[in-house]
Amino acid sequence: MTGKGAATSWQKRDDVAGRPWTGRVREYDLLKELTIGVVVVGLMVLGVSALFGAPDEPSVSLKSWAASAPADFVATAAKELAGTSDTAGYGPPYNSTPDASQKIGPVDLQSLPGVRLPVDTAQDFVIGPLEQLPSPPAALADWTAATEQQRSDWASAYSDALAAAPDNDPAKVADGSYGPVPALTGALADMARQGTLDGVLQGGGTFYNLDYTLSLLFLGDGSYFPGLAASQHLSGDQWGVMNETGDTPGQSWLWLFSLLYQVEPFKSSPNADALAVVTMAVLTVLLTLLSFIPGLRSIPRKLPVHRLIWKDYYRHR
Amino acid sequence: MSTRAKPAPRLPGQDADAGTWTDKARRWLLAKLPPDKLLPGDQPIYVMSWAYVFGMGAVASLVWIIASGVVLGLNGPQWYHVSPLGGFVNSSHLWSVELFFIFMVVHLWLKFWMAAWRGGRVLTWITGMLSFIVSIVAAFTGYLLQTNFDSQWIAFEAKDALNSVGVGAWFNVANLGQIFVWHITLLPLAVGAVVVLHALLVRVHGVVPPLDASEDDAQLSTNTVEVGGNPPGAGRQVAPATSLTPAEPKDAAL
Repeated sequence: MTGKGAATSWQKRDDVAGRPWTGRVREYDLLKELTIGVVVVGLMVLGVSALFGAPDEPSVSLKSWAASAPADFVATAAKELAGTSDTAGYGPPYNSTPDASQKIGPVDLQSLPGVRLPVDTAQDFVIGPLEQLPSPPAALADWTAATEQQRSDWASAYSDALAAAPDNDPAKVADGSYGPVPALTGALADMARQGTLDGVLQGGGTFYNLDYTLSLLFLGDGSYFPGLAASQHLSGDQWGVMNETGDTPGQSWLWLFSLLYQVEPFKSSPNADALAVVTMAVLTVLLTLLSFIPGLRSIPRKLPVHRLIWKDYYRHR
Repeated sequence: MSTRAKPAPRLPGQDADAGTWTDKARRWLLAKLPPDKLLPGDQPIYVMSWAYVFGMGAVASLVWIIASGVVLGLNGPQWYHVSPLGGFVNSSHLWSVELFFIFMVVHLWLKFWMAAWRGGRVLTWITGMLSFIVSIVAAFTGYLLQTNFDSQWIAFEAKDALNSVGVGAWFNVANLGQIFVWHITLLPLAVGAVVVLHALLVRVHGVVPPLDASEDDAQLSTNTVEVGGNPPGAGRQVAPATSLTPAEPKDAAL
């Protein structure tokens, strides 16, 4: 076949594209061009850096969270004890909450690794850190002695009462059967405000730490941290995947991935992340293997942008 | 029991082609990429368009990414928060990445419109795509390493996408130690290797000719070299280019 379809084929043929070029040539200095490129791009990089810099919004700590939004901190701690936080109901790889994982049709990739990074929200976020205090609160003994059901009832009741309280203020919560929960959450808030909780949660009592999984999950279970992100246009529904703090461009090359989260069926699907990732994977494979796909590989011939690219060559044929 | 004859001892400088693995590898490499293709002194006349700037721009940006990244890495991830010089180097790292992606994406689109996979160049296209994909992952891990609010939020959001397909258990975006290893060793090595392979494939196969180029084009009927970047047809045709257009083996393509 020598028709126009063959002209965009990937296969090596005995034609102009398939044979070594034997026509006119021009002088070309590869190393000189590379050197000029590095110098010119370097001037651009240094110039733009001097002009615009780069944003560096300070990180949020558990200390700043407890100080800036104490009611949100206490409410989140209560949810961690009740097992009703986002992390507690996340599923793999943090826990085995039933039916929590995202699926693509019948395929459950999220459950494949199992609970590889186990997180027990009550123990890891609240009870464990309080046990590290030089003088642990007496309420810990009541919590430890109680049954699972009793713990859950206390924490859920306190969590509901906090949500109903004016300004969600722990000091204005109506009387109720909350057991040791108010004392535990209050002690944790004090611990956080003093700056102790950051170190304990990150390091687990050890000197070194490079793993921030627990701190980040706890932080994200509240509304303070996501609220700050929303104010910086970083939420998922604000195209946050490709944004950066301030007005500096972020990962704009992720625009298509970000777009998927703005449109149906992704937008309202409980499996939005899995669907978006798989869709992007399929599109990426298609683009990589584009030269093997009849029709798609012929687009450059049908929309002849190449006439602009090689206009000098075509003009002098 | 049979005995194998030992090869006769060779003198220095004597033809070393004894059929060893190393000899075969050398012959293969020289056939695929002889020195005058690796470092050419000329290019086909159609390689004279603004469209050819962007690939080199991406490589030049990568040089600045690596240079600024080495300075940042050697000073530790916290340095740029407290040092004005560190802040500037960090800005240079960010903007060289932004330029890298601009150059790379434009280069990718232009190669698409050129149908640059033609004539046995499909691996060049695929390695170009691979370098784009690996670069996206490398840049993502860089954003996670900023150790500021942005990296906190990106890690918190990105974990859901990674966990949803079972990757997050091993590629834990909240584990700074893991991400540091990915960003300063594995992914830069991967980007570098794929980009080098891509560039070598461009040299092996040559730059793809224009889509409508045909055997009876004037540019193919004469065999001359033009000097000084003059437009084709208008420039001086100074010398027969027989020595500059070496006969290439038919099996040069991979």
